[in-house]
Amino acid sequence: MEPSDHLFRREAGRMVATLTRVFGVHNLALAEDVVQDAFCRALEVWKFRGVPENPSAWLLATAKNRALDVLRRQRTAHTFAPELGRLLESEWTLAPAVEELFAANAIKDDLLRIMFSCCQPRLAEEAQVALILNILCGFSVNEIASAFVSSHAAIEKRITRAKKLLAASKRLFDVAAPAEFAARLPAVHRALYLLFNEGYHGASAETAVRAELCHEAMRLAALVLAHPHGATPASYALSALMCLNAARLPGRVNAGGNLTSLFEQDRSLWDGKLAAEGIRLLELAATGTELTEYHLEAAIASVHARAPQAEDTDWAAIVSLYDLLMSVRPSPVVALNRAIAIAQQEGPERGLEVIGTIEDRDRLAGYPFYPAALGELELRRGRHNAARKHFRAALALARNPMERRFLKQRVGACERGDPPEPAILEPATRLQGEVTS
Amino acid sequence: MSEFTFLFRGTDPTVQSPEEMQKSMEKWLAWFKELGEKGHIKYPGHPLERAGRVVRGKQKSVHDGPYAEAKDIVNGFTLIEAKDLPHAVELSKGCPILEAGGSVEVRPIRVVCLDM
Repeated sequence: MEPSDHLFRREAGRMVATLTRVFGVHNLALAEDVVQDAFCRALEVWKFRGVPENPSAWLLATAKNRALDVLRRQRTAHTFAPELGRLLESEWTLAPAVEELFAANAIKDDLLRIMFSCCQPRLAEEAQVALILNILCGFSVNEIASAFVSSHAAIEKRITRAKKLLAASKRLFDVAAPAEFAARLPAVHRALYLLFNEGYHGASAETAVRAELCHEAMRLAALVLAHPHGATPASYALSALMCLNAARLPGRVNAGGNLTSLFEQDRSLWDGKLAAEGIRLLELAATGTELTEYHLEAAIASVHARAPQAEDTDWAAIVSLYDLLMSVRPSPVVALNRAIAIAQQEGPERGLEVIGTIEDRDRLAGYPFYPAALGELELRRGRHNAARKHFRAALALARNPMERRFLKQRVGACERGDPPEPAILEPATRLQGEVTS
Repeated sequence: MSEFTFLFRGTDPTVQSPEEMQKSMEKWLAWFKELGEKGHIKYPGHPLERAGRVVRGKQKSVHDGPYAEAKDIVNGFTLIEAKDLPHAVELSKGCPILEAGGSVEVRPIRVVCLDM
Protein backbone atom coordinates (compact mmCIF):
# COMPACT_ATOMS: atom_id res chain seq x y z
CA MET A 1 0.00 0.00 0.00
CA GLU A 2 0.98 3.64 -0.42
CA PRO A 3 1.40 5.87 2.61
CA SER A 4 -1.12 8.74 2.66
CA ASP A 5 0.09 12.22 1.80
CA HIS A 6 1.98 13.93 4.60
CA LEU A 7 1.62 10.85 6.81
CA PHE A 8 5.00 11.40 8.47
CA ARG A 9 4.42 15.09 9.01
CA ARG A 10 1.01 14.49 10.57
CA GLU A 11 2.20 11.63 12.75
CA ALA A 12 5.19 13.69 13.90
CA GLY A 13 2.82 16.02 15.75
CA ARG A 14 0.87 13.21 17.35
CA MET A 15 3.98 11.38 18.44
CA VAL A 16 5.81 14.41 19.83
CA ALA A 17 2.67 15.45 21.72
CA THR A 18 2.35 12.06 23.37
CA LEU A 19 6.05 11.58 24.02
CA THR A 20 6.23 14.99 25.63
CA ARG A 21 3.55 13.82 27.99
CA VAL A 22 5.55 10.69 28.77
CA PHE A 23 8.93 12.38 29.14
CA GLY A 24 7.74 15.73 30.47
CA VAL A 25 7.81 18.98 28.55
CA HIS A 26 11.37 19.72 29.70
CA ASN A 27 12.43 16.73 27.59
CA LEU A 28 10.91 18.07 24.39
CA ALA A 29 14.18 17.54 22.52
CA LEU A 30 14.30 13.91 23.63
CA ALA A 31 10.73 13.42 22.40
CA GLU A 32 11.73 14.86 19.04
CA ASP A 33 14.72 12.51 18.86
CA VAL A 34 12.51 9.50 19.49
CA VAL A 35 10.16 10.60 16.72
CA GLN A 36 13.04 11.07 14.31
CA ASP A 37 14.23 7.62 15.27
CA ALA A 38 10.82 6.08 14.58
CA PHE A 39 10.81 7.65 11.11
CA CYS A 40 14.32 6.32 10.41
CA ARG A 41 13.17 2.84 11.34
CA ALA A 42 10.07 3.13 9.19
CA LEU A 43 12.18 4.34 6.31
CA GLU A 44 14.55 1.37 6.63
CA VAL A 45 11.98 -1.33 7.15
CA TRP A 46 9.21 -0.13 4.84
CA LYS A 47 11.64 0.26 1.97
CA PHE A 48 12.17 -3.48 1.93
CA ARG A 49 9.02 -4.89 3.40
CA GLY A 50 6.47 -2.38 2.10
CA VAL A 51 4.19 -0.06 4.05
CA PRO A 52 2.33 -1.91 6.81
CA GLU A 53 -1.44 -2.26 6.90
CA ASN A 54 -1.79 0.51 9.48
CA PRO A 55 1.24 2.77 9.13
CA SER A 56 0.15 5.20 11.85
CA ALA A 57 -0.17 2.40 14.37
CA TRP A 58 3.22 1.02 13.30
CA LEU A 59 4.90 4.38 13.84
CA LEU A 60 3.18 4.91 17.14
CA ALA A 61 4.11 1.43 18.39
CA THR A 62 7.71 2.01 17.34
CA ALA A 63 7.82 5.32 19.18
CA LYS A 64 6.23 3.71 22.22
CA ASN A 65 8.78 0.90 22.36
CA ARG A 66 11.61 3.34 21.95
CA ALA A 67 10.12 5.47 24.73
CA LEU A 68 10.01 2.45 27.02
CA ASP A 69 13.67 1.73 26.23
CA VAL A 70 14.63 5.28 27.05
CA LEU A 71 12.62 5.28 30.26
CA ARG A 72 14.17 2.01 31.43
CA ARG A 73 17.69 2.96 30.51
CA GLN A 74 17.66 6.53 31.77
CA ARG A 75 15.29 6.19 34.69
CA THR A 76 17.94 7.04 37.20
CA ALA A 77 19.68 9.77 35.21
CA HIS A 78 16.63 11.71 34.14
CA THR A 79 13.47 12.98 35.68
CA PHE A 80 10.58 12.47 33.38
CA ALA A 81 6.97 13.60 33.50
CA PRO A 82 6.30 14.79 37.06
CA GLU A 83 2.62 13.92 36.74
CA LEU A 84 3.50 10.31 36.14
CA GLY A 85 6.17 10.28 38.83
CA ARG A 86 6.25 6.96 40.56
CA LEU A 87 4.36 5.11 37.84
CA LEU A 88 7.47 5.29 35.69
CA GLU A 89 9.74 4.05 38.44
CA SER A 90 8.58 0.47 38.69
CA GLU A 91 8.62 -2.01 35.86
CA TRP A 92 5.13 -3.19 36.92
CA THR A 93 3.50 0.15 36.34
CA LEU A 94 5.77 1.55 33.64
CA ALA A 95 4.47 -0.36 30.63
CA PRO A 96 0.75 -0.03 31.43
CA ALA A 97 1.16 3.69 32.19
CA VAL A 98 2.89 4.32 28.87
CA GLU A 99 0.39 2.10 27.07
CA GLU A 100 -2.44 4.23 28.40
CA LEU A 101 -0.81 7.43 27.25
CA PHE A 102 -0.54 6.06 23.74
CA ALA A 103 -4.26 5.26 23.52
CA ALA A 104 -6.14 7.13 20.81
CA ASN A 105 -8.19 9.41 23.06
CA ALA A 106 -5.23 10.37 25.16
CA ILE A 107 -3.36 11.43 22.03
CA LYS A 108 -6.08 13.86 20.98
CA ASP A 109 -5.80 15.59 24.34
CA ASP A 110 -2.02 15.58 24.08
CA LEU A 111 -2.22 17.53 20.83
CA LEU A 112 -4.44 20.12 22.48
CA ARG A 113 -2.16 20.25 25.51
CA ILE A 114 0.82 21.16 23.33
CA MET A 115 -1.26 23.52 21.21
CA PHE A 116 -2.43 25.42 24.29
CA SER A 117 1.06 25.34 25.78
CA CYS A 118 2.46 26.87 22.58
CA CYS A 119 -0.01 29.75 22.81
CA GLN A 120 1.28 31.08 26.12
CA PRO A 121 1.33 34.83 26.60
CA ARG A 122 5.08 34.93 27.11
CA LEU A 123 5.55 34.02 23.47
CA ALA A 124 4.96 36.52 20.68
CA GLU A 125 2.19 35.49 18.31
CA GLU A 126 4.57 34.86 15.44
CA ALA A 127 6.61 32.57 17.68
CA GLN A 128 3.46 30.70 18.70
CA VAL A 129 2.58 30.10 15.06
CA ALA A 130 6.09 28.94 14.18
CA LEU A 131 6.13 26.62 17.18
CA ILE A 132 2.77 25.08 16.28
CA LEU A 133 3.95 24.50 12.73
CA ASN A 134 7.15 22.92 13.92
CA ILE A 135 5.92 20.75 16.79
CA LEU A 136 2.32 19.96 15.89
CA CYS A 137 2.45 20.01 12.12
CA GLY A 138 5.91 18.50 11.66
CA PHE A 139 7.30 21.25 9.42
CA SER A 140 11.07 21.69 9.56
CA VAL A 141 12.70 25.07 10.10
CA ASN A 142 13.54 25.17 6.39
CA GLU A 143 9.98 24.43 5.37
CA ILE A 144 8.60 27.10 7.69
CA ALA A 145 11.18 29.62 6.49
CA SER A 146 10.23 28.99 2.89
CA ALA A 147 6.50 29.18 3.61
CA PHE A 148 6.99 32.51 5.40
CA VAL A 149 9.54 33.72 2.84
CA SER A 150 11.84 34.32 5.76
CA SER A 151 15.45 33.40 6.39
CA HIS A 152 16.36 30.03 7.87
CA ALA A 153 18.36 31.78 10.59
CA ALA A 154 15.48 34.01 11.63
CA ILE A 155 13.00 31.16 11.91
CA GLU A 156 15.50 28.91 13.63
CA LYS A 157 16.20 31.56 16.22
CA ARG A 158 12.51 32.13 16.77
CA ILE A 159 11.78 28.43 17.20
CA THR A 160 14.81 27.67 19.35
CA ARG A 161 13.95 30.46 21.76
CA ALA A 162 10.31 29.48 21.88
CA LYS A 163 11.21 25.86 22.56
CA LYS A 164 13.53 26.85 25.36
CA LEU A 165 10.73 28.79 26.95
CA LEU A 166 8.31 25.91 26.48
CA ALA A 167 10.76 23.39 27.90
CA ALA A 168 11.34 25.64 30.92
CA SER A 169 7.67 25.57 31.84
CA LYS A 170 7.10 23.07 34.60
CA ARG A 171 4.28 21.20 33.01
CA LEU A 172 2.06 21.19 29.97
CA PHE A 173 -1.16 23.15 29.86
CA ASP A 174 -4.03 21.36 31.61
CA VAL A 175 -6.86 21.11 29.09
CA ALA A 176 -9.18 19.53 31.65
CA ALA A 177 -9.51 22.72 33.72
CA PRO A 178 -12.48 24.68 32.27
CA ALA A 179 -11.49 28.13 33.53
CA GLU A 180 -7.90 27.93 32.30
CA PHE A 181 -9.08 26.48 29.01
CA ALA A 182 -11.49 29.36 28.47
CA ALA A 183 -8.82 31.91 29.37
CA ARG A 184 -6.27 30.53 26.91
CA LEU A 185 -8.73 29.79 24.11
CA PRO A 186 -8.68 33.26 22.48
CA ALA A 187 -4.89 33.07 22.08
CA VAL A 188 -5.25 29.64 20.47
CA HIS A 189 -7.91 30.97 18.09
CA ARG A 190 -5.65 33.85 17.20
CA ALA A 191 -2.65 31.60 16.45
CA LEU A 192 -4.74 29.27 14.29
CA TYR A 193 -6.26 32.24 12.52
CA LEU A 194 -2.79 33.61 11.78
CA LEU A 195 -1.67 30.21 10.57
CA PHE A 196 -4.63 30.02 8.22
CA ASN A 197 -4.03 33.53 6.94
CA GLU A 198 -0.37 32.82 6.36
CA GLY A 199 -1.56 30.13 3.99
CA TYR A 200 -4.38 32.11 2.46
CA HIS A 201 -2.73 35.48 1.95
CA GLY A 202 0.87 34.64 2.67
CA ALA A 203 3.91 35.52 0.68
CA SER A 204 4.93 32.04 -0.48
CA ALA A 205 4.68 31.60 -4.22
CA GLU A 206 3.94 27.91 -3.87
CA THR A 207 0.21 27.35 -3.98
CA ALA A 208 0.63 23.85 -2.62
CA VAL A 209 2.56 25.08 0.41
CA ARG A 210 -0.05 27.68 1.15
CA ALA A 211 -2.94 25.27 0.80
CA GLU A 212 -1.12 22.97 3.23
CA LEU A 213 -0.90 25.74 5.83
CA CYS A 214 -4.63 26.34 5.45
CA HIS A 215 -5.38 22.65 5.85
CA GLU A 216 -3.21 22.39 8.94
CA ALA A 217 -5.01 25.33 10.53
CA MET A 218 -8.36 23.69 9.73
CA ARG A 219 -7.26 20.37 11.14
CA LEU A 220 -6.13 21.95 14.42
CA ALA A 221 -9.26 24.12 14.63
CA ALA A 222 -11.36 20.97 14.26
CA LEU A 223 -9.44 19.43 17.17
CA VAL A 224 -10.31 22.41 19.35
CA LEU A 225 -13.98 22.13 18.34
CA ALA A 226 -14.00 18.45 19.20
CA HIS A 227 -13.00 19.13 22.81
CA PRO A 228 -15.93 19.61 25.21
CA HIS A 229 -14.55 22.95 26.47
CA GLY A 230 -13.55 23.98 22.95
CA ALA A 231 -16.93 24.02 21.22
CA THR A 232 -17.63 27.73 21.80
CA PRO A 233 -19.32 30.16 19.38
CA ALA A 234 -15.92 31.71 18.59
CA SER A 235 -14.45 28.27 17.80
CA TYR A 236 -17.35 27.53 15.46
CA ALA A 237 -16.95 30.94 13.82
CA LEU A 238 -13.22 30.40 13.32
CA SER A 239 -13.78 27.02 11.70
CA ALA A 240 -16.58 28.50 9.59
CA LEU A 241 -14.33 31.29 8.39
CA MET A 242 -11.62 28.81 7.45
CA CYS A 243 -14.01 26.53 5.55
CA LEU A 244 -15.68 29.39 3.69
CA ASN A 245 -12.39 30.93 2.61
CA ALA A 246 -10.69 27.62 1.84
CA ALA A 247 -13.67 26.77 -0.39
CA ARG A 248 -12.43 29.49 -2.74
CA LEU A 249 -8.83 28.28 -2.85
CA PRO A 250 -9.26 26.14 -6.01
CA GLY A 251 -10.34 29.24 -7.94
CA ARG A 252 -7.63 31.63 -6.78
CA VAL A 253 -4.97 30.51 -9.20
CA ASN A 254 -5.88 29.79 -12.80
CA ALA A 255 -4.58 27.04 -15.05
CA GLY A 256 -1.64 29.24 -16.09
CA GLY A 257 -0.54 29.57 -12.45
CA ASN A 258 -1.64 33.20 -12.26
CA LEU A 259 -3.51 34.82 -9.43
CA THR A 260 -7.09 35.56 -10.34
CA SER A 261 -9.16 38.22 -8.67
CA LEU A 262 -12.37 37.54 -6.86
CA PHE A 263 -14.18 39.01 -9.87
CA GLU A 264 -12.56 36.86 -12.49
CA GLN A 265 -12.55 33.55 -10.62
CA ASP A 266 -14.32 30.61 -12.15
CA ARG A 267 -16.76 30.09 -9.32
CA SER A 268 -17.61 26.60 -10.51
CA LEU A 269 -14.15 25.64 -9.18
CA TRP A 270 -15.09 26.66 -5.66
CA ASP A 271 -15.57 23.79 -3.28
CA GLY A 272 -19.32 23.76 -2.69
CA LYS A 273 -19.17 21.08 -0.01
CA LEU A 274 -16.64 23.01 2.03
CA ALA A 275 -18.65 26.22 1.65
CA ALA A 276 -21.79 24.40 2.84
CA GLU A 277 -19.84 23.08 5.84
CA GLY A 278 -18.72 26.64 6.53
CA ILE A 279 -22.27 27.93 6.46
CA ARG A 280 -23.38 25.11 8.75
CA LEU A 281 -20.60 25.98 11.23
CA LEU A 282 -21.47 29.66 11.02
CA GLU A 283 -25.04 28.82 12.03
CA LEU A 284 -23.71 26.87 15.00
CA ALA A 285 -21.57 29.90 15.89
CA ALA A 286 -24.65 32.08 16.15
CA THR A 287 -25.50 31.09 19.70
CA GLY A 288 -24.84 33.20 22.75
CA THR A 289 -24.05 36.88 22.74
CA GLU A 290 -20.44 36.84 21.71
CA LEU A 291 -19.67 38.56 18.39
CA THR A 292 -16.04 38.03 17.43
CA GLU A 293 -13.99 39.14 14.46
CA TYR A 294 -14.20 35.51 13.32
CA HIS A 295 -18.00 35.71 13.17
CA LEU A 296 -17.76 38.82 11.03
CA GLU A 297 -15.08 37.56 8.72
CA ALA A 298 -16.95 34.29 8.28
CA ALA A 299 -20.11 36.23 7.52
CA ILE A 300 -18.27 38.28 4.87
CA ALA A 301 -16.91 35.10 3.32
CA SER A 302 -20.41 33.60 3.35
CA VAL A 303 -21.75 36.57 1.36
CA HIS A 304 -19.17 35.80 -1.34
CA ALA A 305 -19.92 32.09 -1.16
CA ARG A 306 -23.61 32.75 -1.68
CA ALA A 307 -23.10 34.81 -4.84
CA PRO A 308 -23.22 32.56 -7.92
CA GLN A 309 -21.57 35.34 -9.98
CA ALA A 310 -19.39 38.24 -8.87
CA GLU A 311 -22.14 40.64 -10.01
CA ASP A 312 -24.58 39.00 -7.60
CA THR A 313 -22.50 39.98 -4.56
CA ASP A 314 -24.47 41.79 -1.88
CA TRP A 315 -21.99 44.64 -1.35
CA ALA A 316 -24.29 46.50 1.02
CA ALA A 317 -24.20 43.54 3.37
CA ILE A 318 -20.42 43.36 3.06
CA VAL A 319 -20.00 47.06 3.82
CA SER A 320 -22.09 46.80 6.98
CA LEU A 321 -20.16 43.72 8.10
CA TYR A 322 -16.92 45.66 7.60
CA ASP A 323 -18.41 48.50 9.65
CA LEU A 324 -18.96 46.06 12.49
CA LEU A 325 -15.52 44.54 12.02
CA MET A 326 -14.02 48.02 12.33
CA SER A 327 -15.69 48.37 15.70
CA VAL A 328 -14.64 44.90 16.93
CA ARG A 329 -11.10 44.85 15.58
CA PRO A 330 -10.08 48.00 13.75
CA SER A 331 -7.03 47.87 11.51
CA PRO A 332 -5.94 49.79 8.41
CA VAL A 333 -6.32 46.65 6.30
CA VAL A 334 -9.91 46.16 7.42
CA ALA A 335 -10.51 49.85 6.67
CA LEU A 336 -9.01 49.40 3.21
CA ASN A 337 -11.26 46.41 2.54
CA ARG A 338 -14.24 48.40 3.69
CA ALA A 339 -13.32 51.17 1.26
CA ILE A 340 -13.04 48.67 -1.59
CA ALA A 341 -16.49 47.29 -0.78
CA ILE A 342 -17.87 50.84 -0.72
CA ALA A 343 -16.28 51.47 -4.13
CA GLN A 344 -18.09 48.41 -5.45
CA GLN A 345 -21.33 49.83 -4.26
CA GLU A 346 -20.94 53.56 -4.78
CA GLY A 347 -18.26 53.91 -7.41
CA PRO A 348 -14.48 54.42 -7.50
CA GLU A 349 -14.53 58.14 -6.53
CA ARG A 350 -16.31 57.35 -3.30
CA GLY A 351 -13.89 54.47 -2.67
CA LEU A 352 -10.86 56.72 -3.08
CA GLU A 353 -12.43 59.28 -0.80
CA VAL A 354 -12.92 56.69 1.92
CA ILE A 355 -9.35 55.41 1.52
CA GLY A 356 -8.22 59.00 2.01
CA THR A 357 -9.86 59.04 5.42
CA ILE A 358 -8.15 55.89 6.76
CA GLU A 359 -6.43 57.20 9.86
CA ASP A 360 -3.35 55.05 10.15
CA ARG A 361 -2.91 54.40 6.44
CA ASP A 362 0.85 55.00 6.75
CA ARG A 363 0.92 51.48 8.21
CA LEU A 364 -0.13 50.22 4.80
CA ALA A 365 3.06 51.59 3.23
CA GLY A 366 4.69 48.19 2.72
CA TYR A 367 1.52 46.40 1.67
CA PRO A 368 1.38 45.87 -2.12
CA PHE A 369 -2.40 45.74 -2.25
CA TYR A 370 -2.72 49.25 -0.87
CA PRO A 371 -1.26 50.95 -3.96
CA ALA A 372 -2.86 48.21 -6.07
CA ALA A 373 -6.28 49.17 -4.72
CA LEU A 374 -5.59 52.85 -5.43
CA GLY A 375 -4.46 51.91 -8.95
CA GLU A 376 -7.56 49.85 -9.52
CA LEU A 377 -9.92 52.61 -8.51
CA GLU A 378 -8.03 55.22 -10.56
CA LEU A 379 -8.13 52.88 -13.54
CA ARG A 380 -11.84 52.46 -13.13
CA ARG A 381 -12.44 56.15 -13.30
CA GLY A 382 -10.30 56.34 -16.41
CA ARG A 383 -7.16 57.99 -15.00
CA HIS A 384 -4.63 55.66 -16.58
CA ASN A 385 -1.54 57.65 -15.68
CA ALA A 386 -2.34 57.85 -11.99
CA ALA A 387 -3.33 54.18 -12.04
CA ARG A 388 -0.04 53.15 -13.65
CA LYS A 389 1.95 55.01 -11.01
CA HIS A 390 0.14 53.16 -8.24
CA PHE A 391 0.54 49.77 -9.89
CA ARG A 392 4.25 50.46 -10.36
CA ALA A 393 4.52 51.22 -6.66
CA ALA A 394 2.64 48.01 -5.90
CA LEU A 395 4.93 46.06 -8.20
CA ALA A 396 7.94 47.27 -6.24
CA LEU A 397 6.37 45.83 -3.08
CA ALA A 398 5.27 42.50 -4.58
CA ARG A 399 6.34 39.53 -2.49
CA ASN A 400 6.47 36.73 -5.03
CA PRO A 401 6.49 36.07 -8.79
CA MET A 402 2.75 35.43 -8.82
CA GLU A 403 1.99 38.83 -7.38
CA ARG A 404 4.54 40.41 -9.72
CA ARG A 405 2.94 38.83 -12.79
CA PHE A 406 -0.48 39.97 -11.68
CA LEU A 407 0.66 43.55 -11.10
CA LYS A 408 2.68 43.69 -14.31
CA GLN A 409 -0.49 42.86 -16.22
CA ARG A 410 -2.19 45.76 -14.51
CA VAL A 411 0.67 48.13 -15.40
CA GLY A 412 0.40 46.87 -18.99
CA ALA A 413 -3.35 47.45 -19.01
CA CYS A 414 -2.79 51.07 -17.93
CA GLU A 415 -0.15 51.65 -20.61
CA ARG A 416 -2.36 50.28 -23.34
CA GLY A 417 -5.27 52.30 -21.98
CA ASP A 418 -7.38 49.17 -21.73
CA PRO A 419 -10.93 49.65 -20.57
CA PRO A 420 -10.97 48.83 -16.87
CA GLU A 421 -11.90 45.36 -15.82
CA PRO A 422 -12.53 44.93 -12.16
CA ALA A 423 -9.54 43.07 -10.78
CA ILE A 424 -9.08 43.64 -7.11
CA LEU A 425 -7.55 40.68 -5.40
CA GLU A 426 -9.20 39.15 -2.44
CA PRO A 427 -7.99 41.46 0.26
CA ALA A 428 -6.34 40.19 3.37
CA THR A 429 -7.75 41.29 6.65
CA ARG A 430 -4.39 41.89 8.20
CA LEU A 431 -0.95 42.93 7.16
CA GLN A 432 2.01 40.68 6.68
CA GLY A 433 4.27 41.10 9.67
CA GLU A 434 1.45 42.60 11.66
CA VAL A 435 1.34 39.52 13.80
CA THR A 436 2.71 41.07 16.96
CA SER A 437 0.16 43.88 17.06
CA MET B 1 17.20 -15.54 -16.09
CA SER B 2 19.91 -15.36 -13.48
CA GLU B 3 19.87 -14.28 -9.89
CA PHE B 4 21.73 -11.39 -8.39
CA THR B 5 21.99 -9.80 -5.03
CA PHE B 6 21.90 -6.07 -4.57
CA LEU B 7 23.86 -4.96 -1.53
CA PHE B 8 22.95 -1.44 -0.47
CA ARG B 9 25.43 0.89 1.15
CA GLY B 10 25.09 4.43 2.34
CA THR B 11 22.62 6.23 4.51
CA ASP B 12 19.88 8.69 4.01
CA PRO B 13 20.85 12.21 5.02
CA THR B 14 20.35 12.50 8.77
CA VAL B 15 18.83 15.96 8.86
CA GLN B 16 15.59 15.47 7.03
CA SER B 17 12.15 16.76 7.79
CA PRO B 18 9.33 14.23 8.18
CA GLU B 19 8.05 15.27 4.76
CA GLU B 20 11.46 14.74 3.17
CA MET B 21 11.80 11.34 4.82
CA GLN B 22 8.45 10.30 3.48
CA LYS B 23 9.46 11.49 0.02
CA SER B 24 12.66 9.40 0.22
CA MET B 25 10.66 6.38 1.18
CA GLU B 26 8.11 6.90 -1.56
CA LYS B 27 10.89 7.04 -4.15
CA TRP B 28 12.22 3.77 -2.87
CA LEU B 29 8.75 2.17 -2.84
CA ALA B 30 8.17 3.31 -6.41
CA TRP B 31 11.45 1.77 -7.54
CA PHE B 32 10.65 -1.50 -5.78
CA LYS B 33 7.15 -1.54 -7.18
CA GLU B 34 8.42 -1.13 -10.69
CA LEU B 35 10.97 -3.92 -10.27
CA GLY B 36 8.30 -6.15 -8.78
CA GLU B 37 5.79 -5.50 -11.53
CA LYS B 38 8.36 -6.45 -14.14
CA GLY B 39 9.08 -9.66 -12.26
CA HIS B 40 12.62 -8.80 -11.20
CA ILE B 41 12.23 -9.26 -7.46
CA LYS B 42 13.08 -12.79 -6.40
CA TYR B 43 13.00 -11.84 -2.73
CA PRO B 44 12.51 -8.34 -1.37
CA GLY B 45 15.23 -8.84 1.22
CA HIS B 46 15.73 -7.04 4.50
CA PRO B 47 17.26 -3.99 6.04
CA LEU B 48 20.18 -4.77 8.33
CA GLU B 49 20.78 -3.24 11.75
CA ARG B 50 23.83 -1.02 11.88
CA ALA B 51 25.47 -2.59 14.88
CA GLY B 52 26.21 -6.27 15.28
CA ARG B 53 29.18 -8.50 16.05
CA VAL B 54 32.04 -9.63 13.92
CA VAL B 55 33.45 -13.07 14.71
CA ARG B 56 36.98 -13.53 13.50
CA GLY B 57 39.54 -16.28 12.91
CA LYS B 58 40.34 -19.55 14.54
CA GLN B 59 40.12 -18.00 17.97
CA LYS B 60 36.55 -17.07 17.13
CA SER B 61 37.15 -13.72 18.69
CA VAL B 62 34.03 -11.61 18.89
CA HIS B 63 34.17 -7.93 18.11
CA ASP B 64 31.60 -5.17 18.15
CA GLY B 65 31.04 -3.96 14.70
CA PRO B 66 31.18 -3.76 11.79
CA TYR B 67 33.42 -0.79 12.41
CA ALA B 68 33.39 0.62 8.95
CA GLU B 69 32.50 4.12 7.96
CA ALA B 70 28.76 4.65 7.73
CA LYS B 71 28.92 4.84 3.96
CA ASP B 72 30.65 1.43 3.76
CA ILE B 73 28.24 -0.53 5.91
CA VAL B 74 25.85 -2.81 4.08
CA ASN B 75 22.43 -1.79 5.31
CA GLY B 76 20.22 -4.05 3.28
CA PHE B 77 19.97 -6.61 0.53
CA THR B 78 17.55 -7.78 -2.13
CA LEU B 79 17.50 -10.74 -4.50
CA ILE B 80 16.94 -9.82 -8.11
CA GLU B 81 16.24 -11.76 -11.27
CA ALA B 82 17.78 -10.39 -14.44
CA LYS B 83 18.94 -11.58 -17.83
CA ASP B 84 22.62 -11.08 -17.15
CA LEU B 85 24.99 -8.87 -15.18
CA PRO B 86 24.69 -5.81 -17.47
CA HIS B 87 20.91 -6.10 -17.20
CA ALA B 88 21.08 -6.31 -13.39
CA VAL B 89 23.39 -3.28 -13.35
CA GLU B 90 20.88 -1.38 -15.47
CA LEU B 91 18.13 -2.25 -12.98
CA SER B 92 20.23 -1.07 -10.05
CA LYS B 93 20.59 2.38 -11.57
CA GLY B 94 17.05 3.29 -10.54
CA CYS B 95 17.87 2.87 -6.86
CA PRO B 96 17.20 6.10 -4.93
CA ILE B 97 20.15 5.40 -2.63
CA LEU B 98 22.41 6.50 -5.49
CA GLU B 99 20.94 9.98 -5.45
CA ALA B 100 21.79 10.24 -1.78
CA GLY B 101 25.42 9.37 -2.52
CA GLY B 102 25.14 5.70 -1.61
CA SER B 103 26.03 2.64 -3.67
CA VAL B 104 24.55 -0.60 -4.89
CA GLU B 105 26.83 -3.59 -5.21
CA VAL B 106 25.52 -6.01 -7.83
CA ARG B 107 26.76 -9.57 -7.35
CA PRO B 108 25.72 -12.58 -9.41
CA ILE B 109 24.71 -15.52 -7.28
CA ARG B 110 26.92 -18.41 -8.23
CA VAL B 111 24.94 -21.25 -9.71
CA VAL B 112 25.78 -24.56 -8.08
CA CYS B 113 24.94 -27.49 -10.27
CA LEU B 114 24.39 -30.49 -8.04
CA ASP B 115 24.00 -33.00 -10.85
CA MET B 116 27.57 -32.76 -12.01
